[in-house]
This record gives sequence, C-alpha cells and structure tokens, in this order.
Amino acid sequence: MNIVKIENNTLYFGGVMNSGSIPEFQLAISKLLKTEKPVMVDIAGIESIDSAGVAYLEIVQESIENRSGLVMLNGASAKVASVIDAYSSRKLEIPKLPRKESFFESLGGAIYKAKDSMAISLVLAADIYYWSFVGLFNRSGQRKGTFVQQGVALGVQALPIVALLSFIIGFILALQSAVQLRNFGANIFIADLLAVTMVREMGPILTAIIVAGRSGSAIASEVATMSVTEEIDALKMMAINPIRYVIVPKFHAITLVMPILVAFSILVGEIGGGIIALGYLDLSLNSFISRTVEIITLKDLLISLGKSTFFAWVIVVIGSYFGFQVKGGAEGVGKATTSSVVASIFAVIVFDAMFSLLYL
Amino acid sequence: MKTTPIISVKDLVAKYGDKTILDGISVDILPNEVTVILGGSGCGKTTLLKNILRLYEPFSGEVKFWDQDILGLDEEEFGKILKQVGMLFQNGALLNSVSIYENVSIPLEQHTKLTRDIIDRIIRVKLNLVNLSHATYLLPSELSGGMKKRAALARALALDPKILFCDEPSAGLDPLTSADLDNLLLSLKQQLNMTIVIVTHELASIHRIADKIIFLDAGKMLFFGSLDEAKKAGIPQIDTFFEVGKF
Ligand SMILES: Nc1ncnc2c1ncn2[C@@H]1O[C@H](COP(=O)(O)OP(=O)(O)O)[C@@H](O)[C@H]1O
Ligand SMILES: [Mg+2]
Repeated sequence: MNIVKIENNTLYFGGVMNSGSIPEFQLAISKLLKTEKPVMVDIAGIESIDSAGVAYLEIVQESIENRSGLVMLNGASAKVASVIDAYSSRKLEIPKLPRKESFFESLGGAIYKAKDSMAISLVLAADIYYWSFVGLFNRSGQRKGTFVQQGVALGVQALPIVALLSFIIGFILALQSAVQLRNFGANIFIADLLAVTMVREMGPILTAIIVAGRSGSAIASEVATMSVTEEIDALKMMAINPIRYVIVPKFHAITLVMPILVAFSILVGEIGGGIIALGYLDLSLNSFISRTVEIITLKDLLISLGKSTFFAWVIVVIGSYFGFQVKGGAEGVGKATTSSVVASIFAVIVFDAMFSLLYL
Repeated sequence: MKTTPIISVKDLVAKYGDKTILDGISVDILPNEVTVILGGSGCGKTTLLKNILRLYEPFSGEVKFWDQDILGLDEEEFGKILKQVGMLFQNGALLNSVSIYENVSIPLEQHTKLTRDIIDRIIRVKLNLVNLSHATYLLPSELSGGMKKRAALARALALDPKILFCDEPSAGLDPLTSADLDNLLLSLKQQLNMTIVIVTHELASIHRIADKIIFLDAGKMLFFGSLDEAKKAGIPQIDTFFEVGKF
C-alpha cells in the first residue's frame, strides 16, 4: 500500500513509487501540504522506485528546501538508495532552453537571412549560367547521356498534363466570355481574347507552374538527397563540379523543352477555345483562324517564348538552391522540395507581372 | 539453485521469404546478466533480436518473456511487455524531425501520466547518463554517428526498462566513449538490476561486460554459455574470433 503522511513535521513516503503511482502521490500530498509544513522527508517505507519516482522525490525535496533550507531524504533502503544515486538530477547542470526570439528579432533575422539567400542564389544562378554556357561547347564534366534523358523526363512526359490543362483553360476562358460577347454581338472578338490571353499569359504561366511542380521539385529533391547522403561531397572529392555534373544537363534540357511546351500549350488552348467559338458562337473555322493569326504578332510570340525560357531558368535555379541548401536528413529533403515548389511558383508569377508591366 | 530465465527462446526459426536465416535457436536469458550475441557480419544477430521482439514474426518456435508466451499475445498485451523492454537499434532510429529532447520524451508522454516537470527531469537525467546534456536541443541530423547512438540509448532507457537490447552500441564509437558505454551498461546492471542483451564485436567490451555468450554461425547457434567456457570449448570458429581480434 502506498503511504503519504505528515507527522511531527516529517513527510513520510512509503510503498511503490514509480511512473504509474506518482499521480496518486501527487494528489495525496497536495491535500496535506495545504495545512502542514514539513521540514524533513522520510523514505524508509519506499520498497521500490524508478527514475520517475526519483525525479518526483527530488522535486518535492526542492520545494521544501525553498522554504526551509537543506533537507535530506532519510532512511532509504540500500536498493532504493542505489536507484536514487543512479537517477539523481540534483547535481546536474541543466542546459538552458534556447531563448525564444522576440518578434522583432526574428523579423530582423528573417530579413538578414533573406538577404543572404538572395546573395547565395544569385551566385548560384551565375554559376549555373556560366557552366551551362561553357557546357554548350564542352561536354566534359557532365553526366553521360543525361541531356536526352532529361529532355524526355522534363518535356515529353509533361506533354499530356500540359495539353489537358491548357485545353480545359482555353475552353473555360472562351465559355465564360462567350455569353457576354454574344450579348453585344461581338462574337468574332472571342478570337482576340483567346489569342491574347493564351499567348501572353496563360500559355507561359500555366506551363511554368506545371514545370515548377514536376521538374523544379524533382531537381530540388534529387540535389537535396545527394547533399544529405554526401554524394555531392563525393563528387567534389572526385574533382567533379556538382553543378556541371548534375544541373547543367537539366538546364540545357529545360531550355530546349520549355518553349516547345509553351507553344504546344498555346495551340491546345486555342483548340479548346475554338470549340466554343465554332460550336456556340457560330464562327466559321476560317474566320476564327484568320482572325487569330491577324491578332497574334510575332513580337507577342517571341516575348511569350522568351519569358517562358526565363521562367524555366528561374525554376532550375530555385530548385538547385533549395537542393544545395538542404539541412538535416531525409526530413530536410521533403522540406526542400516543398519550399522549392512554393518559391518557384511565387517567383514565376512575380516575374510574369514584371514582364507584363514592361511589355504591355 | 536454478534461477528462472527472464527470456526463454526455444527452437526459433527465422526466415525472410524462403531464405532461412536462423535455424533452431534455443537460449535462456537469465535476469541481471549481460548476454552478448557474437557472430560474423550478416549471420543473423539483428534478425535474432528482431524476432525475439516480434518486429518480425518468427517462422516457428517459442519465445517467452517472464514465463509468458508472447507469440500469441495481441497488440495490447504485448505492448505491456514492450513497455518493460528498451531497444537500441543498430542505426539509432531516432525520429529525425524532432530534437533529442523530444525523442526521449516520446515514450514518457505516450505511456505515463506524469506531469511535465517530472518528465523534464527524467529526460535530463537520462541524457546525462549517456553524456549528451550538451546536445539536448539539437536535431538528430546535427549529431555525429556515435552521439546518435547514445541519444538512442537515452530514449531506450526512458521508461526504466527491465530488459535492454542493444544492437552494436559501440560500433563507430572511439575506445574511450566505448569504455564509458560499457561502464554505463555495467552500472545499469549492478545498480538498477537490468538484464542486458547486446550485439557487439568489440573484444575489449566483451571481456568487460559479458556474463554469457551466444555464438551464431551460418544460422546455427554454435555455443551458449559463459565467456570462459567459450574460450575453452575448442570450437574453431570461436577460437578464430578471439585470436584474430587480439592482434
Ligand atoms: N529485411 C530483410 N529481408 C531479407 N533479408 C534480410 C533482411 N534483413 C536482413 N536480411 C538478411 O539476413 C541475414 C542476416 O542479417 P542481419 O540479422 O542483419 O545480420 P547481422 O548479424 O549482421 O546483424 C543477412 O544475410 C541479410 O542479407
Ligand atoms: Mg546487425
């Protein structure tokens, strides 16, 4: 039976004191301490104890000491004493919990970090552009056969999803505007609307978001995995530049593939919208096509493909940045991948806004 | 006087798929003893531990803890036994997403109703036992290999297990840390009456701590008995093991 009692200013504990029975002891003692103020502790009655029991005893002991000076735990049996000896926390230096930063400190810290990561990613971007340019003329230092393989992975395998989404977007755009245009008898302008939105905005943005989700994340997770498993270090030790070896083939592939994907997206989006134009707005195929061709200027097309190439580069740089900066083990890889997708979609949209302002 | 074994294994057969790894292992682990499992790399030492603890279901045979057959127990009943058993895995198996402090606190929070101040003390004491107080708030990825092992040992000790399993605790540790670890294991045995089952290759360590030796070779148990008996038994594989290790 477990015992807690106070007699003659002495606190007596007895029974089994372990992680299971401590809540019981705590309940009993809190009642007793309302009326009594013990100055000694007797634990002769304790038959067995574990580390939780030792921790609890010492907490009680210290709370009494805070009131009335040094207190000993008296009368422990040899067995109990040796457990107390093994698990005592009395002489431990307690490492302080790292202090929580105040709001302004963490804000300042975040700004400094943003500045640093900006600098690091600019240096990384410069490295990647440099080696990619050099790599055009000199293939050495690149993983063999990866350009084609990457082209297939980044480009061909993305075609179905790009096609599907572009078709749906083109279709919906046309559908939403069709009713309004029809009210004004402005049916033919559906071609203008589709051409401008698909070429200038939807094609490049949609494709960039898909590529960021598919390929940016793949780059980030591949590089991050290589970093945490020391593969990047191993490459460096073999005097192989990891950017040249891992990133450059992807950079080349994505530069080639991105404009093709965007052109494809524009085409399929036009088809999706065309269905509405022909089916609902009663345009003839001929007038729809000739109007579309009339509206799209070469400059528009070039800007569109140009900015999509730029988006692709941004995605590669951000993916590699998070890959190389990974912290921690497998856990870190997941975080790096997620952050890279969020950051690259964000960056793509911001850059797109800037392009729109520059070339209205 | 014959002490009743704390763990008793009879005719244990362990397989991965069709491949038989262990064939007919029978051992009795006695309370308050350190039993060392020896054998070449890949001979099935980890497999033996995992089958005894039902991390893999044994193919056939019998495993008893405190005279209770565990192979038929449901999850809840077996859980009660597992709470009295600590395991230090070969690669630590810390949860990587949380700090060392939280790793040690997990079993305490899940399996006890203790208040925060008590849990906090237990964690500090256990981390101090393995000399890791300075790394309390670090993440596992910020520790070296040997530190991870010690952190994992602190976690294995969180609930004051009666039986402690250690899979190669001193592999990757320097001789001094390894000797510290041996002393810790000895004091766990002497001061706290723990029963310890340990896989190790360190000859020095074996001489310091072993009460009993289990020697595995090619899926069979070649020897089970005390260290002195093992050396006198005249079994070539065991002799080679101790000879080669000495240099
Ligand atoms: N999950 C598994 N699936 C299949 N075979 C395994 C598995 N784990 C270990 N093995 C095989 O079982 C044998 C024993 O492994 P293990 O018990 O880990 O050896 P060790 O004595 O070094 O701890 C080895 O031959 C290994 O290849
Ligand atoms: Mg092993």
